[in-house]
Amino acid sequence: MSEILSQLSHCVEFGKIDKLSPYPPDLKGQDGADEIAKRALDAGIKPDDILEQALIPAMAVVGDKFSRKLIYVPQMLMAAKAMSSAMKHLKPYFLSGETKRKGKLIIGTVAGDLHDIGKNLVAMMIEGGGWEVIDLGVDVSSEKFLKAINENPDAVVGLSALLTTTMENMKKTVTAIREKHAGQKILVGGAPVTMEYCEKIGADFYSPDPQGAVNYLNHLVS
Amino acid sequence: METKLKGRTAEVIINTEGPVVIIGESINPTRRKKLVSTLQENNFEYVIELAESQIKAGADVLDVNVGFPGVDDVRLLPETVKVLQDKFDVPLCLDSPNPKAIEAALKVAAGKCLINSVSGEEAAIQALLPVAKEYGAAIIGLCMDEKGITHDPEKRVAVAEKIIERAVKEGINAEDIIIDPLAMAVSADPQACLVTLGTIRLIHQRLRHNITLGASNISFGLPDRESLNTAFIILSIYNGLTCPIANPEKITSAIRAADLILYRDDFAMRFIEYFQRRQKLT
Repeated sequence: MSEILSQLSHCVEFGKIDKLSPYPPDLKGQDGADEIAKRALDAGIKPDDILEQALIPAMAVVGDKFSRKLIYVPQMLMAAKAMSSAMKHLKPYFLSGETKRKGKLIIGTVAGDLHDIGKNLVAMMIEGGGWEVIDLGVDVSSEKFLKAINENPDAVVGLSALLTTTMENMKKTVTAIREKHAGQKILVGGAPVTMEYCEKIGADFYSPDPQGAVNYLNHLVS
Repeated sequence: METKLKGRTAEVIINTEGPVVIIGESINPTRRKKLVSTLQENNFEYVIELAESQIKAGADVLDVNVGFPGVDDVRLLPETVKVLQDKFDVPLCLDSPNPKAIEAALKVAAGKCLINSVSGEEAAIQALLPVAKEYGAAIIGLCMDEKGITHDPEKRVAVAEKIIERAVKEGINAEDIIIDPLAMAVSADPQACLVTLGTIRLIHQRLRHNITLGASNISFGLPDRESLNTAFIILSIYNGLTCPIANPEKITSAIRAADLILYRDDFAMRFIEYFQRRQKLT
């Protein structure tokens, strides 16, 4: 891997967003993911290579460290911010079709539930895994999920719930989706959700951490 | 202002000037899978165990949440209330998003319960205030409405004022409305706790109502949650929090210390008593 890509990867892994960002302290005053991604493009490195050789592997390391409790939510959010600041330079190539992402994920927290942190972490990790993410936000009704599926028929759907009292709405949403789109791939997650519950409500996959969701999606398209 | 709650016979007074009243949070199935599995079998031993250990650790009131997927909480919440009141005399805080479950529980509950919670959403206000009035229950007013949760303390206070106004109009006594200013995870929003502390201060100074808080939320996604929860609860108490919903096994000694520091514990009687009681237990 070229020097510049390994620098970019390092910035994403440790959450160095841009030159002004004071974190992490040992990179103070140095270029961050924002500047380095731009420099990489200017140097003629292909956007595909930036994505596949720097951003995706860095976010995979971040996801793995989070799963093993070596880092915590704020560090993961910083990494995701660094990733986004690099990703914004790639957006024109995604739009023109020059660089393709692996697929699309529609994600949202189910009706009645306002918790967004877990959902956001999963969305960021999946975006960092090379997927396009359509984030419907929190308190998302079945109708809203169905509308998004109609607009993006090839997308995978991810449902989040953080309360035992809103898991029932997760089940209702899965049922509503299944009625119209029997073969729709659906992932579920959130603190009270289990593999057993996932199977019971007829969803396809459950992961206790964001990286598991990324791995599952990659497995779907591999 | 004083909010009075009652178990079968025992009365608990929450005073806006303290000392702090602890509402035990542990009877809640989120992150407590054993509670779900035992309740599914209609086995109340674990609920009783949780109640007992919390009361021993200093809980003055018990939050009771038995909501999980597939449960008929209109049946289970009142049943749990009966089991708990059979054994214990502490007032209960009925915690369910389902107004029918709350009403069913109030029907069988002795004393005066607290309803957790009534948000500023029209649907919640219309469903729950008449029930609270009919059964003489106190309520927790949640500082959020149809627009969600704002990050502006003034706007959260405006939601609290709306709930108070509507409740009083319904015939509920102002002192029976406890406000929850909402606590969000500081891991995702570095200003989250400051917003809550600002809201607590405004409610305490302007409205003079009792204030509760599900304080353990703030430490989500971080290590050493106990230190973080403790620091936040203590700062909140200084600003006007009077009845946190928390885990007494982790928080009571710090709360006793805060009351002592804030001159709400003459001659450190409660502080010493709690310390000696814990010493005997270990």
